[in-house]
Amino acid sequence: MSEHAEHTPTDYVKIWAILVVLLAISVIGPMFEIRVVTLITAFGIAVVKAYLVAKNFMHITLEPKFVSYFVVTALVFMLLFFAGTAPDVMKDEGTQWQKPAWKAAAAAAAMAPAGHGSGEHH
Amino acid sequence: MPTGKLAVWWVVASEIVIFGGLLASYIMHRLAHDAWAEQAAYTNTWIGATNTMVLLTSSLTAVLAHQAAEQGNGPKAAKLLWATIGGATTFVVIKAVEWSIEISHGYTITSNTFWSFYYTAAGLHALHVIAGAIIMMFVAATAKKNLELHRVELIGIYWHFVDVVWIFLFPLLYIAK
Repeated sequence: MSEHAEHTPTDYVKIWAILVVLLAISVIGPMFEIRVVTLITAFGIAVVKAYLVAKNFMHITLEPKFVSYFVVTALVFMLLFFAGTAPDVMKDEGTQWQKPAWKAAAAAAAMAPAGHGSGEHH
Repeated sequence: MPTGKLAVWWVVASEIVIFGGLLASYIMHRLAHDAWAEQAAYTNTWIGATNTMVLLTSSLTAVLAHQAAEQGNGPKAAKLLWATIGGATTFVVIKAVEWSIEISHGYTITSNTFWSFYYTAAGLHALHVIAGAIIMMFVAATAKKNLELHRVELIGIYWHFVDVVWIFLFPLLYIAK
């Protein structure tokens, strides 16, 4: 039960303070409306925050190696799911298939007056 | 490794697949539909940021509870767990107010696919927050009597995971506009 003896309450508060600063950056960064800055400050910082929580609060690095393997395996499954289904979801046609409804919706949206996009796609 | 801790990590790995699948679906749809940005513009970044702050702070009290339990101080661990429950309650209340505002403005789960994802992802997460708070009440009750102190760490691991999920939901639902 002494595995976390190296952490003092002050250490945890410092990590919390870093997380709060990162949160502030992730809110302020996208205000510049520069795509690269938004990606880095919003999503890059989310990864850093998640790592800080997993390492310092969940103490994942102090657990046996197989715990990290559990987590990484789950993340790999998520990526496999994404890679396997993204082409179907994100493209309107492939080598032997197409989505006529999508194309019709895109054509209708192109002909509609500006500002009337509903964001509705199926 | 104690069986309870192994079980909690197993739950976390399972939850990664559940939330990961949901978020991966959201991301691929979001990337495929530029028009979703218009809908995402209606989510309130400041409410999302406030709730992020609340969850980060509740993670701090959860890890301090774990530390108190390791030191054999059950009553202190229980108090810190109750502080964490307070964070969970605050989160859910803010979320309820936020949803009430959005629904009153006509943005419901059936409005379009963006809002369907929004309510599904945030709702599933909120259910995890509520479940965690309820479990924490039982853990706090025994911890106060200096009993079953190892449970404080177990609920803490779960709670930090719930925090991590929100860390990713926040930019996806509130910032990417």
